[in-house]
Amino acid sequence: MKQKATFGSVSFSFINSTAFILFALLCIFPLYYIFVLTVSDNKWVASGALVVFPKGFNVENYVQVLKLDGIGMALWVTILKTAVGTVCTLAGSSFLAFLFTKPNMFMRKFLYRFVLVTMYFNAGLIPWFINMKNLHLMNTFAVYIIPYIVAPFYIILIKTYLESIPSALEESAQIDGAGIFRIFWSILVPLSKPILATVAVFESVNQWNNLRDNLFLITDSRLNTLQFILYKFMSEADALASKIMVNGGAGLSASNFTLTPTAVSMTIAMVVILPIVCIYPVMQRYFTKGIMLGAVKG
Amino acid sequence: MSSTASSKTVTVSAKEGKKLFYMAMPFIALVFVFNYLPLYGWLYAFFDYKLGHKLFDSEFKGFFFFKMILSDPITVDEVKRIMSNTLGISFLSLLVQVLPLIFALFLVEMKFEPLKKVVQTLTTLPNFLSWPLVYAFAFSMFSESDGFINKLLIRLHIIDDPISFLVSSNHVWLTQTAYLAWKTIGWTAIIYIAAVTSIDNELYEAARIDGAGRFRIMWSITVPHLMPTFFVLMMLSVANFLNNGLDQYLVFQNAMNTDSIEVLDLYVYNVGIRNGMSGYNYSFATAVGILKSVVSIVLLFSVNYASKKVRGEGII
Repeated sequence: MKQKATFGSVSFSFINSTAFILFALLCIFPLYYIFVLTVSDNKWVASGALVVFPKGFNVENYVQVLKLDGIGMALWVTILKTAVGTVCTLAGSSFLAFLFTKPNMFMRKFLYRFVLVTMYFNAGLIPWFINMKNLHLMNTFAVYIIPYIVAPFYIILIKTYLESIPSALEESAQIDGAGIFRIFWSILVPLSKPILATVAVFESVNQWNNLRDNLFLITDSRLNTLQFILYKFMSEADALASKIMVNGGAGLSASNFTLTPTAVSMTIAMVVILPIVCIYPVMQRYFTKGIMLGAVKG
Repeated sequence: MSSTASSKTVTVSAKEGKKLFYMAMPFIALVFVFNYLPLYGWLYAFFDYKLGHKLFDSEFKGFFFFKMILSDPITVDEVKRIMSNTLGISFLSLLVQVLPLIFALFLVEMKFEPLKKVVQTLTTLPNFLSWPLVYAFAFSMFSESDGFINKLLIRLHIIDDPISFLVSSNHVWLTQTAYLAWKTIGWTAIIYIAAVTSIDNELYEAARIDGAGRFRIMWSITVPHLMPTFFVLMMLSVANFLNNGLDQYLVFQNAMNTDSIEVLDLYVYNVGIRNGMSGYNYSFATAVGILKSVVSIVLLFSVNYASKKVRGEGII
């Protein structure tokens, strides 16, 4: 795609690039700004001054916020559910997708559709809620994991990928006496690393970000997740602010360092976003392939 | 499956097929329990259900709650408001569906690869943020007391008093659409970018030899090639017209903007679970949910039918 550098093409490139740089800044600036707020001195921030660079760099907000009741626990629960949930979903969905690639499976077509339909159709929020109650899954850690083991979208992705692997490999292993699990684990899993990595990233982001389970199904504060705590703090920021005003700033202070409601929510937000910012650029190269496969089937 | 065709293979295959079937059963059971079993809950819409009671001890009401949605004056007004919010926001988000296409169209024109990579990385990031995080971002930018924009405008003496962007009922539809667009443009654009790379380069060469300019080439070659993808995504959003999702509106909801932000999903939550610990709310909210599911399914199948007619290929 070589073109001559005319005035037109140069100015097009310039305007084009500038527009994209501006949009990229729009995407990243709030993150930077929150970072600046959390590492600056809260007195500075509270004074209403505009802070564009960190003033009086310190990590005291982070130290204090992690000491707040329930936050350390929530961090642990969130990490655990993300790890366990991702492994379970990956194992369950990929094994089922593998079974669905077998043409001789009994009632294969029906079962495949039975699973896929759930992508487009669900009973609705209230019946879902009542169902979870009836299953006695409320206030259990399992509620974060079990409902997500079979994920139709991932099954489509993995099945499509597995079908692109030559079946001769499987057949020769079968002749050598390998069973179903052996073939799945020793031959197909190593060959499907790219798609499994994509699904792992998708699912871990879902797990990390999920607010709903906690909001609806968990009242036990020991099982709270970071997202829920962030949501609580954000939605109660006003109430917290007035509480601090009433108590003359003593509302949330641990030691002589004053935590403002904004500082607390913004610091939690930074903690929540950190893993995403760290992991996602590394995994990004897999995504194009991943969502293209998804786009094929919709 | 294997090439050794004999009666023996058939029996082995049938046996093996059953074995595979049984292996799949635990997973199918999970799907049944979490996706099909809740349908039982639809019964609640036909009873005057109170929390803590048994369903069949409750009074049978028949279609009472469905009639209420369609004929009780106060409820009808409420439903009208909810529907106009739902449809309004969904319609606006249909309009912005064209933005990722434009984004991709111009991004592939960018010649400096490293910059392109950086732009792509940064603009897909918002897609991975949860709605509470997006709200935290919005808060850091627009809040009355601590928001960057207010502080900046005051510093520049453009305004004297901070503007309450987040707790105003004005422009809620527009701002919510903007948040959604901000979150999804870069991500959706990846699909289009992938589609652009699959276009035959000879087409471009030929067009250039014929003297076509940059915009002419975009318009006559790239855009038509992206149209199928565009239609698929468009139809998926039409099929999801009533499902705006709950999280976004839940986190942005406050006392001041509830009137304009309450979409169907949020309404069902507010009525059924949030305030639903007494009265007929469970049953009423379930009835609203059922109507929503039915309309969604009708929409999905109509869109699928239209897609088959127009493109010869369905979206399901």
